[in-house]
Amino acid sequence: MCRSSSRVLGKPAAGLTHREQYDAAQRRRAVVVASISTVLVLTALVVLIPLTPGWEKVQKSFFNGAVLAKTFPKLLDAFLVNVMIFAWSAPLIAVLGLAIALARDAKSPALFPLRVFGAAFTDIFRGVPVILTVYLIGFGIPGLGLPRPWNSPYIWGSLALILTYSAYVAEIFRAGIDSVHHSQRKAALSLGLSERQVMRDVVLPQAVRNVVPSQMNMLIALQKDVSLLSFIGPVEIFRQAGVFKSLMANFTPYVGAAIIFLAVTIPATRYADYLMAKQMRDRR
Amino acid sequence: MLKLVPLACALAMATTSAFAGGHCAGGKTLTDGKFTVATGNPAYYPWVLDDAPESGQGFEAAVAFAVAEEMGFAASDVVWVRSSFDEAIQPGAKDFDVNMQQYSITPERDDVVDFSAPYYTAPMAVLVGPGAVDTEASMAALKGLKWGAVGSTTAVPKLQNVIQPDSDLLLYGDTADVNAAIGANQIDAALFDLPTALFLSAVMIEGSKVIGQFAPDSSDNPDQFGMLMEEGNPLKACVDAALAALTESGKLAEIEAQWLQDTTGVPLIQ
Repeated sequence: MCRSSSRVLGKPAAGLTHREQYDAAQRRRAVVVASISTVLVLTALVVLIPLTPGWEKVQKSFFNGAVLAKTFPKLLDAFLVNVMIFAWSAPLIAVLGLAIALARDAKSPALFPLRVFGAAFTDIFRGVPVILTVYLIGFGIPGLGLPRPWNSPYIWGSLALILTYSAYVAEIFRAGIDSVHHSQRKAALSLGLSERQVMRDVVLPQAVRNVVPSQMNMLIALQKDVSLLSFIGPVEIFRQAGVFKSLMANFTPYVGAAIIFLAVTIPATRYADYLMAKQMRDRR
Repeated sequence: MLKLVPLACALAMATTSAFAGGHCAGGKTLTDGKFTVATGNPAYYPWVLDDAPESGQGFEAAVAFAVAEEMGFAASDVVWVRSSFDEAIQPGAKDFDVNMQQYSITPERDDVVDFSAPYYTAPMAVLVGPGAVDTEASMAALKGLKWGAVGSTTAVPKLQNVIQPDSDLLLYGDTADVNAAIGANQIDAALFDLPTALFLSAVMIEGSKVIGQFAPDSSDNPDQFGMLMEEGNPLKACVDAALAALTESGKLAEIEAQWLQDTTGVPLIQ
């Protein structure tokens, strides 16, 4: 009995089961295969691309070190405009998005117009391309004859972003609200809480927590779309890169702008992934 | 008196020989003894006044007569014809010696046709919207304006380095967007090359005005207009020599001042 039980446990000298040994060997093999294939692909890229006939020209006009060094600091300056617009738009989007989500969730018959409004709002601003909204609001509303500074493209461009992104954010909030199980509302109501208290104290806290990873992705998208405001005047990083491109007849400034965007968005994307993974683990 | 006779003879000889042998254009023009110049149909102000180039009124008409004179043609030997843009740039034989209608010299066009040396360098001009037409054409007044420009043009460094406006400048993708911004009163003024600015104020933007122009700056890689000729036209050397002489003598600048500054009322911003 003793002997057989030790067999079942299968502890050999190394202290690992056969299964564990097998798994470890499989992992080692996977790492080796992945490493070899990565090295092969990289070698192919590094060796083959420079062999193409146009590589030298492409390198000169897209990956020009001298141009990059010259323009990078000014691109960083211009990026501050993006950060600024992002910083004041994001909180307003969160507030408006939540308000629209709640409007769409209104149950009382008297609030039916509010639900219609919420539905129309999300339909319109999710349906129209962002750049069109930026154009129409950015030039159209100031065209009504508003005095300065109320006709600033910064204000109306930001409003266009806020409206568009609120529509998406509202839909995500709504999905979050729907994801809280029906029984929780019923249970809370039966405890004597009002509809409003149920929403505020029971449903919303869970809904918001559930949608944090998705909203993080919206933040990343917003950071990039701030560049669309360049079409109505503001000289942010994309426009600044375009100016350098025209002046120097070289595309490297665009690569510089892309590097700056990546420096901000990659950590943000990683963080969103982390939140997503964490949520998955918590739910298990 | 006796001494003067040989001198007079020598002078007369020299003049005659200059005309006979030195007439660089001799035998090279479309019709011998005539200089055929093409312009647009119609030709526009301020390049040609009243669509009547024969009068020599307007910048390009005046330059054509000056070049002709420099090459030894009398004013009555200048023949005017009309041509469209496409007729001018298509390869092959032409029905004109030179064609003048604000052709910018570009390497791509130069492959198909010949250009003379530039006879005009388009300067940057200030176009102001209806709200700012009273702005004085001085650097101090310009600094206080809200500025815009097309982002891909040489107007941008000019704005940043020369005018250095007090508030952030706004940049747009094309002229139509600048128009929209002026219309929405988001900008007071925009910088264009002079011909574009004149066209916009006359045709596109109601109530706008071109209040000043900057002297062309050779470092800006500016738009240069050249006389267009058939590829390989032997007349090119003569026309270039005539233009060089006119530039040298200051005559070209004089014509420019007369027709593009005085007539259009677009003063030079100092």
